[in-house]
Amino acid sequence: MYDSPLRKTEVDTNESKISARDVQVYYGDTHAIKDVNVEILDKTVTAFIGPSGCGKSTFLRTLNRMNDTIDICRVEGLIELDGEDIYDKRVDPVQLRAKVGMVFQKPNPFPKSIYDNVAYGPKIHGLAKNKAELDEIVEKALRRGAIWDEVKDRLDAPGTGLSGGQQQRLCIARAVATEPEVLLMDEPCSALDPIATSQVEELIDELRANYSVVIVTHSMQQAARVSQKTAFFHLGNLVEYGDTSQIFTNPVDPRTESYITGRIG
Amino acid sequence: MTDATYTGGKEPAKHGLLTVDARTKKRNASEKRFRLYGLAAIGAGVFFLVVLLSAIISNGIGAFQQTFIEVPVYLEEAKLDKTGNRDPAEMAKVSTFGYSPLIQNSLWKVVVDSGAETPLEDGGDVKQMISASAAAKVRDWVLANPDRVGETVDFQILASSRVDGYLKGRVSRESIAQDKNIDAEHLDLVDVLREQGVVHKSFNWEFITGADASESRAEQAGLGVSMLGSLFMMITVLLLALPIGVAASIYLEEFAPTNRFTDFIEVNISNLAAVPSIVFGILGLAAFIQFAHLPQSAPIVGGLTLTLMTLPTIVISTRAALKAVPPSIRDAALGVGASKMQATFHHVLPLAMPGILTGTIIGLAQALGETAPLLLIGMVGYIATNYPEGVFSGFLSPNSAMPAQIYEWAKRADPAYYERAWGGIIILLLFLLAMNLIAIVLRRKFERRW
Repeated sequence: MYDSPLRKTEVDTNESKISARDVQVYYGDTHAIKDVNVEILDKTVTAFIGPSGCGKSTFLRTLNRMNDTIDICRVEGLIELDGEDIYDKRVDPVQLRAKVGMVFQKPNPFPKSIYDNVAYGPKIHGLAKNKAELDEIVEKALRRGAIWDEVKDRLDAPGTGLSGGQQQRLCIARAVATEPEVLLMDEPCSALDPIATSQVEELIDELRANYSVVIVTHSMQQAARVSQKTAFFHLGNLVEYGDTSQIFTNPVDPRTESYITGRIG
Repeated sequence: MTDATYTGGKEPAKHGLLTVDARTKKRNASEKRFRLYGLAAIGAGVFFLVVLLSAIISNGIGAFQQTFIEVPVYLEEAKLDKTGNRDPAEMAKVSTFGYSPLIQNSLWKVVVDSGAETPLEDGGDVKQMISASAAAKVRDWVLANPDRVGETVDFQILASSRVDGYLKGRVSRESIAQDKNIDAEHLDLVDVLREQGVVHKSFNWEFITGADASESRAEQAGLGVSMLGSLFMMITVLLLALPIGVAASIYLEEFAPTNRFTDFIEVNISNLAAVPSIVFGILGLAAFIQFAHLPQSAPIVGGLTLTLMTLPTIVISTRAALKAVPPSIRDAALGVGASKMQATFHHVLPLAMPGILTGTIIGLAQALGETAPLLLIGMVGYIATNYPEGVFSGFLSPNSAMPAQIYEWAKRADPAYYERAWGGIIILLLFLLAMNLIAIVLRRKFERRW
């Protein structure tokens, strides 16, 4: 009943990239994330699924501390990236976000040229010593974002002038330009048409070779197509986490089954 | 209990689409009425604007024209340079009283040459026709060109304000019946000389660049010095209000936590924008003059006071501009690892720039036209007759400002000043228009779409 996964569904590695222990997130008095424990693996696409408002985006944003920008948001528990607590006082969120890149729901290129969009991250992190190196980084990132061939002749054109799908791939290129280790994607295809979506999905699968990718999605088909691991969130709880094939064919928890068969959500 | 009560078993009549039912007709009629009200309101607004502008232009345009008398003045060596060695220090000892008779006699010669019949007898009788400032003007010229003493030099001598008013239709033979400053005989002479082209009107640069004059020399008064006063005030406002206002807004909008304290500040900034400007005036008087002992009537005090007044305007418009930048841009910058400050200065601020600049220029324009606070710090009523000596004294020495100068002229008795007040308003409006145009141009230039 779901698209049969075209890509291999087995996990290549058991190396944990991010591990979360008893994570609680509060928005003021609202307890948005409750007792979440999860191991996110390296070189794996992990999908977060669940009905609207279940906390999957919130949890994603705690992984690179984007929630820091919200005054009333409070995070408890332990989140480790390669064994280091990312909420430790000594951690600068700026450095963390260079390691844990993010792609947002709505394509949000800067109102600048395509080149400047990609070059911005490497520039502020001092990754390039000179223009030639920067050019190289930009080209590499755009190739990884699978958009190089489409834009190589117009790098000076505004990034906002591209189509929605191109903009999103540009945003992915921008995110990978800083050489992150983890790539967080918050519903990256929800604003895209089916063709652009399939392009981005293919890209996500390619990115798995180099990064640990975490993707929040509303589409269960998408989760089934692109991910190896799936986590199902419901009302702030992580209900079930396991191999994608198992979650979609043989869910343990009745709530997961209700959701994937369309009874809740 | 609801409005739509069921009125019985009668089914509503069915209409085809081609007939309009009563309710729809009523709705359409009320929409039509509303459009008419709107049009009428706009029409009334445009009408009043046209009335206002035409009043300003018809009353003030005269100030840009001034009557001059062309007089070949004989610079008599015996009077101007007794020693004969053209030593400027020696020549400076001759005051304007030494020059006046020369000019009057030269004018008398012009009158005689014109062949006009007049009961007047000599140069002393025609002195009412020329401005009291003429002697000073000729003296300045002679001191600058000492070699020309002994020659006869053509001067464009300012006519007195009565002669000027006669040419402009403000003064007539009836209106001077009680006027001791000029007689009908002089007007007869003016008629003759005007036909010969000796008395003529020409563009009055002095009005734009000149200094204010005493009450009796309306023909000489200009807006230039008070324009400089306004300029130095605006520089002060721009240098203080823009950085302070923008920094405050950026902090409040991008960095400050939302709590009771920042809410309190926010409410009070909005309140400050509505505080009457005279309140800022008395605050400026108390804080800058009485407490800080800055000089009275100085543009720097005016500028500081107007800064207080302009700040809320700039803060409000800057915050609105920052708010209008989509949050996705901030997310994007933070997402690639920019710090909050980098996100703000690299991405948010450039996008907010057109709004900030527009707000700043509107605030400046407001400050430029503000008169009430200047009343209290002594810039209204100061007779701006001297140009500042330099930038430093431009800020610190007493001066007036354009709106204050206009107010000053409007309350003087001589009707010639009435015309100058309107003329001053034209210049002030031109400045405001120019500033608004700059705001529009900058907006267009910096506006980027995303």
